[in-house]
Amino acid sequence: MAKLTFSGGIHPSGKKNATKDKPLVELAAPEVLYFPLGQHIGAPLKPLVSVGDRVLKMQKIADAEAFVSAPLHSSVSGKVKDIGMYLNHTNSKVLTIVIENDGLYEEAEPIHTQSIDDLSPNEMRRIIREAGIVGMGGAGFPTHVKLSPPEDKEITHLIVNAAECEPYLTSDRRVMLEMTDDIIGGLKCLMRLLNLSKCYVGIEDNAPEAIALLEEKVKGTGIEIKVLKKKYPQGSEKQIINAICGKEVPMGKLPMDVGCIVINIGTVAEIYRALAYGIPLHRRIVTVSGDAISNPSNLYVPLGTPFSYLVDACGGTNEEVHKIIMGGPMMGIAGVSLDIPVVKGTSGLLLFSEKYTRHEEELNCIRCGRCVNVCPMKLLPTTLDMYSRRGDIEILIENNILNCMECGSCTYVCPSKRHLVQSIRLGKQKINATRAKEAKK
Amino acid sequence: MEKIIVSSSPHIKDNVRTSGIMRDVLIALIPALIASVFYFGIRAAYITALCMIFCVGTEFLWQKIVGRPVTICDGTAAVTGMLLAFNLPVSAPWWICLIGSVVAIVIAKQFFGGVGHNFMNPALVGRAFLLASWPVIMTKWTKPFSTGFIIPADVVTSATPLAILKNPEAGALPGFLDMFLGKLGGCIGEVSTAALLLGGIYLVIRKVISVRIPITYILTVAVLTFVFPSTGLSAFDSMMYNILSGGLFLGAIFMATDYVTSPITSRGQIIFALGCGILTFVIRRFGAYPEGVSYSILLMNVVTPLIDRWTKPRPFGNTKTKKGGVQ
Ligand code: SF4
Ligand code: SF4
Repeated sequence: MAKLTFSGGIHPSGKKNATKDKPLVELAAPEVLYFPLGQHIGAPLKPLVSVGDRVLKMQKIADAEAFVSAPLHSSVSGKVKDIGMYLNHTNSKVLTIVIENDGLYEEAEPIHTQSIDDLSPNEMRRIIREAGIVGMGGAGFPTHVKLSPPEDKEITHLIVNAAECEPYLTSDRRVMLEMTDDIIGGLKCLMRLLNLSKCYVGIEDNAPEAIALLEEKVKGTGIEIKVLKKKYPQGSEKQIINAICGKEVPMGKLPMDVGCIVINIGTVAEIYRALAYGIPLHRRIVTVSGDAISNPSNLYVPLGTPFSYLVDACGGTNEEVHKIIMGGPMMGIAGVSLDIPVVKGTSGLLLFSEKYTRHEEELNCIRCGRCVNVCPMKLLPTTLDMYSRRGDIEILIENNILNCMECGSCTYVCPSKRHLVQSIRLGKQKINATRAKEAKK
Repeated sequence: MEKIIVSSSPHIKDNVRTSGIMRDVLIALIPALIASVFYFGIRAAYITALCMIFCVGTEFLWQKIVGRPVTICDGTAAVTGMLLAFNLPVSAPWWICLIGSVVAIVIAKQFFGGVGHNFMNPALVGRAFLLASWPVIMTKWTKPFSTGFIIPADVVTSATPLAILKNPEAGALPGFLDMFLGKLGGCIGEVSTAALLLGGIYLVIRKVISVRIPITYILTVAVLTFVFPSTGLSAFDSMMYNILSGGLFLGAIFMATDYVTSPITSRGQIIFALGCGILTFVIRRFGAYPEGVSYSILLMNVVTPLIDRWTKPRPFGNTKTKKGGVQ
């Protein structure tokens, strides 16, 4: 069978061997946990608890009235120690609920008790929202919103993203191998919810064990496994749609505009647990890896656990840490401290030594065309770079700068080590600033 | 933990560097240099070394004088030096090397802002300048195996096959095998098609260049000279003489593929190479001068920004215009 893919992209070394065969390790919750309120895209949350309150494990501790939002649940039982400004995954201080773990793990009532087969599509959406589920790939978009397309948009394809194209990360792979039944159960619900008889799971060909296992289990369910070529950024929404159903999401439009919904495989497992057992999202899998980590592992972590606990659970560091990355090495954010807690979108925690952080001089662009050839959005990164630095907004917009998804492929290949993504991001900020100014006038 | 670095993604990078690419180009030029030393003697290596030293030295001095960061380590000046030498006759005196190097580095490259900002191939600008200023020196073709020492005293000269095609009295045409291996009159680096091809294959394997430009360029010349043969030659002979001599392989593999001065997109590169091929044919057939590769590439260098504009890729998700070219 021909392997599916998209045009452009790069082939960074996968670096997954360190953790790909390591089963999930459940990490015990620490004594104090931090729950920053901004873990999703949408309306900001308001705390539902006050300092001094006792909370139960899986109890909702913050919510918003708006539809586009996702509530937050505690991952332990204990006392609210503080509600204040603490460091979060964006390296800034935001409103955070701090909970002292009492070690009892006393659980709150499940969010629903109905039988999974009796749930109507709208009840399922309500439960998914109530469970606080957002995209586990990192973006943090509330899943129930994704599953509620407007009436006029007919959904024809449900695509499950299990490409995990970022180097180092192996959490999706462990989900596939260890939570297979949750995935299949979740997909059956989603197909019913969207009134589809089929759905597609896209997996990169470097995960043959997962492919074989799923192939075996999905027989007769309408779930189809699609083997994708290992290439970065295969797991980008628009690229995986293109690879699996050949459709191109128009610029500035959403997957649902071409009848597609893309959901991360880890999210599917969470959906199942919410629908089947009424368990809200309160833990997640984090791949802890990088050359400075002694014993790279896949951890199953209670949300709110500071990074330093994860590092300790992996045997600590074996080299001086020069960089902390939240997520994968291509699109992840560099963190300032190991005090930052795990949030819903923390797919990986990578610690790098000096070897991986050497600074290289930026040289002139030699017009080699490498960035143009790899750009999955078919943009001209070198041109965008030039005009971003000049701040020529009109030309940037003409050259579709806003279509750049900041995948980093261009910077990765540039032999002159130009900071292309960084300057493109700057160009976008300049556009937004100008637009905001114009709107004010 | 004081040394935590917070930088923008991506946090990993490929280890291809400009200097590595230039090193590969230099390596790829070595077989042609060896062939040249074999046919023209050690002086070929001497001229090459001179040009490289002059180019790197000029760049260093210029950047020191105007107070720009010194970039000789990127290897581009060394490549320019080698290519300039490859475009000179082996009998060239040292000062020709010096003037060519200064023109290439200062006028064609640094005046425009250094590497990446020049719009014409520096080595070719150097050669064009020398050819216009000292045409006699620049077209004195040494016969293979007639020298071998540092100073050629009484060199036996020989006309290039292309000159013979223009003017049959100039001499006898060499055989195809001799031409393929490099036993013919011509510039230092252009004579051995076999050696150039070897270098080209190396560059393609190392992914430094794609085959698009060389193949399109050579095929265009081949087809045109086959369909419109020179008077008195069979279509096949006309094609063979035209592709095996006069620096077509040197130009197609090493100069038309110069990143800085050729289009950035695949489609653009094909148009560029087609243009080079057509111009080479036109200049050789209808021009006064038998050679056409350098001027064709220089002319196409000039239109490269235009080609880049016409051949912008269609952005992913731009379903309105089916083709690129939206400005
Ligand atoms: S990859 Fe770097 S050097 Fe090459 S064209 Fe792009 S920006 Fe220029
Ligand atoms: S321009 Fe944007 S979309 Fe294209 S390769 Fe660079 S980061 Fe990715």
